[in-house]
Amino acid sequence: MSASDEIWILGIHMTKFGKYPNHDVVDLGAEAIMGALADAQVTMADIGILAAGNLMGSGGIGQQLQKQVGQTGIPVFNVSNACATGATALRTAIMAVKAGEVDMGLAVGVEKLAGAGLLGGGGKSKSDDNVWSPSGRYGAVAPTDGRIGTDTMPGVFAQIGMEYGHKYGGTSFELFARISEKNHSHSTLNPLAAYNKAMSLEQIMGDIMIAYPNTRPMCSANCDGAAAAVVVSGAKLKTLSLEQQRRAIKVTASVLTSDPWQEACQILPDVNTLTRNAALQAYELAGVGPEDLDLVELHDCFATAELVHYDNLMLCEEGGAVDFFNSGAPWRDGRLPVNVSGGLQSKGHPISATGIANIWEVCQHLRNEGGQRQIEGAKVGLAHVIGLGSACGIHVLESSAA
Amino acid sequence: MTDTVASQVPLVEYLVLGDKPHLVAQECTSCGARFFDRRNACAKCFATDFRQVDIATTGVVRTFTIVAYAAPGIPVPFVSAVIDCEGTSVRANLIEVPADPEHVSTGMNVELATYSLGVDDNGAEAIGFGFRPVAA
Repeated sequence: MSASDEIWILGIHMTKFGKYPNHDVVDLGAEAIMGALADAQVTMADIGILAAGNLMGSGGIGQQLQKQVGQTGIPVFNVSNACATGATALRTAIMAVKAGEVDMGLAVGVEKLAGAGLLGGGGKSKSDDNVWSPSGRYGAVAPTDGRIGTDTMPGVFAQIGMEYGHKYGGTSFELFARISEKNHSHSTLNPLAAYNKAMSLEQIMGDIMIAYPNTRPMCSANCDGAAAAVVVSGAKLKTLSLEQQRRAIKVTASVLTSDPWQEACQILPDVNTLTRNAALQAYELAGVGPEDLDLVELHDCFATAELVHYDNLMLCEEGGAVDFFNSGAPWRDGRLPVNVSGGLQSKGHPISATGIANIWEVCQHLRNEGGQRQIEGAKVGLAHVIGLGSACGIHVLESSAA
Repeated sequence: MTDTVASQVPLVEYLVLGDKPHLVAQECTSCGARFFDRRNACAKCFATDFRQVDIATTGVVRTFTIVAYAAPGIPVPFVSAVIDCEGTSVRANLIEVPADPEHVSTGMNVELATYSLGVDDNGAEAIGFGFRPVAA
């Protein structure tokens, strides 16, 4: 084997997202792996590396999954990168293939998150002896969440969206709610989404407020789910069947970035700079521009987040995200459909699965296997995730016929 | 805490109490980047020398959210914000203002204010901080 310039997705699978009270993370992850192997028409004997992600479990998910689907002694990389964990697992498998260490790799992400409630907030309680005593990095005598801003995800991402509005204007509670209305509408065509119900603007704006301007349906839906993908080198793919070659999807860019230093990212995560950096790298690698994309799955963990990523992914001109949305472009019948799966707000967000599930969605369309929600003639798509802290994964995908 | 009981303790070490309460930061002596906690090297330029600097006590609200749903024990609603204090971004709650979008907006002028968090068994009072609106 030698270093490979071409990387292809040979098989990919996602479970239905939702509530699985009788399945554990091993059951769900194994279902995704078995589906991806079947889709690729290979077995664990063909796989040279496994990269696996799971944030909320007990650790060692990769080895647990091997025991469930086939133990061959291959190297396992258990990865953790917040909400970008799935994309990081895929990136890890791709790097191994690209380096020529293996010619086929497997990536899986799985999460059990149904009923998890609010993520990110809390902190330690005041000590039992009722004495103000400094502790931690800031020498705090009491929890800072709620006293010095918010640690909750809905609140952090609300501020990210409001900051965009402050900088460029044009945002409102209603605008953010309309973004959510789009994604809930899209999910009605996705049988694997956790929620399939359209919601009216009035329903969305009238629902429980979590962190202004994000109401409950404008937040990503906590749920259970898994997704897995088999990647293969171009040289190996040529030795496989014509059917495998026909359905293979080319990965023309696989990029992972973290935050470069920014003044304000010390106190409020900056999801913009690293996404823009990743997008620039991805377009350069893929040799395409945003105008060439037929669909985008981006990280709409909150309605306020989707808006800023139109701009960060350069789907619009700088500062033009509001106009881009208002033009109707990101609706499934618009110029550049965004989150036709329903996105994290309605399809759901089982954290570690998300970064592979969004690639599964793009692959469905590029293979012309999107069923009732097929974007006709889709040839090029982009999948994006953000893990707060931060990590950004972007993959650009092209159909084999492109 | 030793036998000598402080009468007041700040919520965090980077809040300096006294006649004119203010925040302080660790500033990189090489590039001027500021941090509210300790760093081994500057995240911007990797230099390793820092000096303590005072942060402006007035600023402009760059973004905010009104948190209506928080972890147990945290009173809601409250306003979480990022304030541009003459070029240094500060994270804080907005206080002394109703927590609704009619009374809070980006671009508001605000100033640092302190409040009591209560007295402990040793008689020490913890002091927190927030930013309150000022006339433009």
